[in-house]
Amino acid sequence: MMMRMVLQRLGIGIATLFVVSVIVFVITSILPGDVADIILGQSATPETLAALRAELGMDQPWYIRYFSWLGNLASGDLGISKAGGASISSLIDSRIWNTLIMAGMVSLISIPISIVLGLWAAMHPGTRLDRIVTFGTLSTISVPEFFIATIMVLIFAVKLKWLPATLYLTGNENWSELLKAMAMPMITLVIVVSAQMIRMTRAGILNVMSSPYIEMAILKGVPRKRIILRHALYNAIGPIVNVIALNLAYLVSGVVIVETIFSYPGLAKLMIDGVQTRDLPLVQACAMIFCAVYVILILLADIASILSNPRLRHPK
Amino acid sequence: MSEVIKNEDEILAKLDAFAELPDAPPKRKLKLSWVGKLASLVVIFWLVIVAIGPSISPHHEMDMDGDDSFMVAHDNEYGSFYLGTDHLGRDTLSRVLYGARNTIGIALLATLLAYSMGITLGILAAVKGGWIDMIISRINDAILALPSIMLGLIVIAALGSSVPILIGLAGVIYATSVFRIARALAQDIMVQDFVEAAHARGERIWWIIKSEVLPNAIMPLATDFGLRLVFVVLFISSLSFLGLGIQPPASDWGSMVRENLAGLSGGIDLDGNTVTSYAAIWPALAIASFTIAINLIVDDISAKSGGSLAKKMI
Repeated sequence: MMMRMVLQRLGIGIATLFVVSVIVFVITSILPGDVADIILGQSATPETLAALRAELGMDQPWYIRYFSWLGNLASGDLGISKAGGASISSLIDSRIWNTLIMAGMVSLISIPISIVLGLWAAMHPGTRLDRIVTFGTLSTISVPEFFIATIMVLIFAVKLKWLPATLYLTGNENWSELLKAMAMPMITLVIVVSAQMIRMTRAGILNVMSSPYIEMAILKGVPRKRIILRHALYNAIGPIVNVIALNLAYLVSGVVIVETIFSYPGLAKLMIDGVQTRDLPLVQACAMIFCAVYVILILLADIASILSNPRLRHPK
Repeated sequence: MSEVIKNEDEILAKLDAFAELPDAPPKRKLKLSWVGKLASLVVIFWLVIVAIGPSISPHHEMDMDGDDSFMVAHDNEYGSFYLGTDHLGRDTLSRVLYGARNTIGIALLATLLAYSMGITLGILAAVKGGWIDMIISRINDAILALPSIMLGLIVIAALGSSVPILIGLAGVIYATSVFRIARALAQDIMVQDFVEAAHARGERIWWIIKSEVLPNAIMPLATDFGLRLVFVVLFISSLSFLGLGIQPPASDWGSMVRENLAGLSGGIDLDGNTVTSYAAIWPALAIASFTIAINLIVDDISAKSGGSLAKKMI
């Protein structure tokens, strides 16, 4: 039963990936912004346009172009970047590890912080420290990521002069230099992602706290600490795991801003450069990677909540 | 004449009697804590600036009247620069005041568009059901499966960026969540007894939507409006910050932060010394004050609703 539910979710996930690839392709290929037009720019004549379209395979019907694009994508051939003519796979290969390292370190730091702080706030609701945590996290999630980043630059780079405001990685740094260079973007992302996770952990626990069996425990006089750690936490694990996966998905949009402001040489920076120069093949490839990661993380969140909740495992 | 008035009195008396019944619904009053009141003042302040900003600002948003770029507050023959100048020597205060119209104004338009699309399609899907519901819901799910910033980036890569594209883009992206809420609400309302009674009376579907569904769905949707507006402001200002939103030289808070980042370590004071220029901080604070204030109001309203034993005990 459980296996079937998980397989069903996997099926939905693959279907979603397929739909996402269609959307990405349709938006970047069918809409009036024509690649041939952009390449030729002002020097376009009807003849050169037609010739270039034929060369790019753009005179084919869209579904044929879509399937050849999808086939190339699946076999790792991401095409040629318009700017400079380098192969997109090599461009991405040099950048994607930077982004993955950053995302991994941010998750390692932010997940424990968020769970501890969220639990702690839920254990002492209404106290001054809980209010500070609630207000702080609410403020953090209401402001744009670049606001946090700007304040970080102001404090750590300009006022305290501890860390560099922008970083230039040469690839030859040792670990401590690398860590120092990555500190600012990492702190920013940790703050942004943790705020959301703390709020949802706290809300998840408080939500369980309002269920009848907890009321029963309160009424029979069980101490609050024991209620949370022994009764509430186990039922909140599902939602919390769910929140963690969702927030790592939220990292996807966070890295776009943070890599740009700190000129961190990651995949998102590559994609923004591609959007600015309207390098559509590059944008397509990067967008597909980000969207696939997003869909997979949401899928994991879904499966985690099925596994942790017996009621979802055995639907009536 | 006197009889009519007497009748009205009787009706009023009856209504009063109903109001005192024990199961009469409590009168809804919007009570805000002092935080909520303060936050409402901030929001009202910015909405007033949206309306009158350009007419009270000391300079035009594009006038390069300042003595130098990233200067601290100073005066010259063109007037006063209370918050200093930006990277092109323009008055920061004027650009923040003008920018309110672009940042908040465009976000408001996009949110209104999202609401009109989301509510129309949501109610349509709930009322019609069947294959119409199926198609709209599947398209909606597909758009929701993409991170909004990614969708924004690929559309802008394909179409370029202009104000109508931004409004349409944010409108479509955020219509998806409005659609889900409106559809769920309308589905709940459509199975209520009073709607079935209206069906039985032989009312037309439009009458039912207008008189039964909309009035019952409008309150929950209205509280959601604030949150949605915050998301749209964050979305559009993030795109502007990336240089892909509202295009220069128009002033807009997101792009102002980006343009003036270099000033954080490269400002100039009146004696020519290098100091910190806060030209990037002011627009950042403007966005933050607006979005935090709206979230505080929404939080305040939703904290007032509900309240169980456990909530009081813990």
